[in-house]
Amino acid sequence: MPQKMGKNDFFLLFALAIIFIIFFTFFYLFEVKEGKSIIVTVNGKEYGKYELATNQSIKIKYNGKVINELQIKDGKASMQSATCPDKLCVKQHEISKKNETIVCLPNKVVVTVVYDDVNNGDNIDAISK
Amino acid sequence: MQNKKITRMAFFTALALIFSYIETLIPFNIGIPGVKLGLANIIAVWAIYVFGFKEAVAISFLRIVLSGFLFGNVFGIIYSLSGATLSLIVMGFLKETNLFHCITISIYGGVFHNIGQIIVAMFIVENYKISYYIPVLMIVGTFTGLLIGIVSFEILTRTMSVFKD
Repeated sequence: MPQKMGKNDFFLLFALAIIFIIFFTFFYLFEVKEGKSIIVTVNGKEYGKYELATNQSIKIKYNGKVINELQIKDGKASMQSATCPDKLCVKQHEISKKNETIVCLPNKVVVTVVYDDVNNGDNIDAISK
Repeated sequence: MQNKKITRMAFFTALALIFSYIETLIPFNIGIPGVKLGLANIIAVWAIYVFGFKEAVAISFLRIVLSGFLFGNVFGIIYSLSGATLSLIVMGFLKETNLFHCITISIYGGVFHNIGQIIVAMFIVENYKISYYIPVLMIVGTFTGLLIGIVSFEILTRTMSVFKD
């Protein structure tokens, strides 16, 4: 076992830094803008899309029971309550930037900020049906 | 010899379990969800050096299942197992090359532990956007890995002679 950090360690840590920089530029630098709406998915299926501009409180139901409660205030979304035991999603910071997410793993609830308007895409189809 | 090894592995497992318990007592919250110190990984690093890869996997597996049932939940077990599997494979491989310092190996272990967990989380919640979280977890993994690595190295240099026979 080497007793001191050497050249090999330096290269390996340098490689890690490079990987990090690649991920960082890929995810953040090209994607930092305020989102317009949020998409809620439950168990992999889209549950609903809500505008960030309107203050509202959303009750997320699954099998008829309210499992999470989401609040949108001043253009920012945050989880207000959850039925899961650890409540990590409630402790998470509020989100407003594109691609930011709140995840509640036990309830399989994911909230993602997107840049689309609520009236784009699927919702038009839903109304015209 | 065989008995000695069994006793020592049991000792390591017990110690890892205690570390898992101590960790639940430490309020280590830096505002990022799901981030833990990973004290039990000291044992994983230690076991890789004292026994080898296979034994470290066995010890970690037992520790995760036991601590999951005692202090956590089934979800915790799934995430811990996926993280530990990837991290142990990476650390075991790096250790076998005999080129790298224990702290570097531990840093890689910490980073890959987090990456393993986020990969499984992506499959479970069926949302690939949470990969957005990978850079954050890489930084956190580096810091916890560094801490664990320093502690492991100090333990290793002081105890290697005890386990050498």
